[in-house]
Amino acid sequence: MTDHSTHPVTTEDAAREAEHYGHIMPLWVLAGVLLTLVVLTVATVAATWVDLEPWNLAIALGIATVKAALVVLYFMHLRYDHPFNALVFVTALLFLAMFLGGALTDTIQYQPDIESYRESRQM
Amino acid sequence: MAKSESTTRPPDDADPGSVEAPRPHAAADHHRPFLAHHYQSYKQQFEAGKLGMWIFLLTEILLFGGLFCAYAVYRANHPEIFIYAHHFLDKNLGAINTAVLIFSSFTMAWGVRCAQLNQRKLLMVMLSLTLLCACGFLGIKYVEYKHKWEDGLLWAGKYHPVEHAEPADHAARPPGRPEAQSALQRPEGPRYAGIFFSIYFMMTGLHGLHVLAGMAAIAWILVRAANGHFNSHYFGPVDYVGLYWHLVDLIWIYLFPLLYLIH
Repeated sequence: MTDHSTHPVTTEDAAREAEHYGHIMPLWVLAGVLLTLVVLTVATVAATWVDLEPWNLAIALGIATVKAALVVLYFMHLRYDHPFNALVFVTALLFLAMFLGGALTDTIQYQPDIESYRESRQM
Repeated sequence: MAKSESTTRPPDDADPGSVEAPRPHAAADHHRPFLAHHYQSYKQQFEAGKLGMWIFLLTEILLFGGLFCAYAVYRANHPEIFIYAHHFLDKNLGAINTAVLIFSSFTMAWGVRCAQLNQRKLLMVMLSLTLLCACGFLGIKYVEYKHKWEDGLLWAGKYHPVEHAEPADHAARPPGRPEAQSALQRPEGPRYAGIFFSIYFMMTGLHGLHVLAGMAAIAWILVRAANGHFNSHYFGPVDYVGLYWHLVDLIWIYLFPLLYLIH
């Protein structure tokens, strides 16, 4: 380790005094997020050992979303960032949800027709 | 508007010497060498750059969104393909790669902190560690791709599994739905099994290209850090590259359970 661990307060104060911008993430938060992400990765692998149908996919995606939220909020500083940047990110998710939702609704609608057509061709 | 900006300067500007006149051209500004001439302060430059980066990340999410959509549509319509084919992916290698990428995100985030705190040497250590992790990730990915290539487990059209191709987890195939069971009787797996590998190679391939691009960006930041370009006033490029690298991690956080951990 270097100077920051012995004099964390003075270095950060000096940096803040120089020009007030940018959020400096405390090291313990970064380490805590890393630890949580590793634990969640182990959890998501462990969740596949048990049969929880039909919830396995939902659990896997739920854990992935918690991990993603931790990365976005702390590693990417979005929690402390300008709210407009958060709006940009949420907009991306919103349009992704519309895209996926529309495509899935559509394909689930006509899939039975495809299946019945294929079965009729095989007969 | 431009006139009022040049006379009333924002309070965050820490350079009292240039309050009177509009800022000289950047090339002549020795006090703030990396401040582009069209910005009033490092803070303004940083906020503009960061907004630009977030908008770029938005386009990245939508780019991968197309592939996630293909995944969702095929998995909704042909779940048996995914249940069958995911056994050919090595869960352990996938989990190790997830951990490697998460750790590289941590070192990158620490690196941004180092830049903000004027810790030049530690910043270089963190960027080097991040690069090392990226190499490790691609190395493991290479092992996985090589194995699939040898077993003929390629995209639809090139999907010709060889006789000895065995599921990577070497476990007995779990009792799935009846239709999945009957599909397993076919030597090539269920119909359209190649589509899983098309989606697998497109998603992990595009992600791998992003890892390569991220490595190039980190190497550029590392060179600039070695030249002492970054300090507590000017650390924007480290932050922007960090955001990009975290997004690459973010995508993998979803790819890992969706491709490797199908139940």
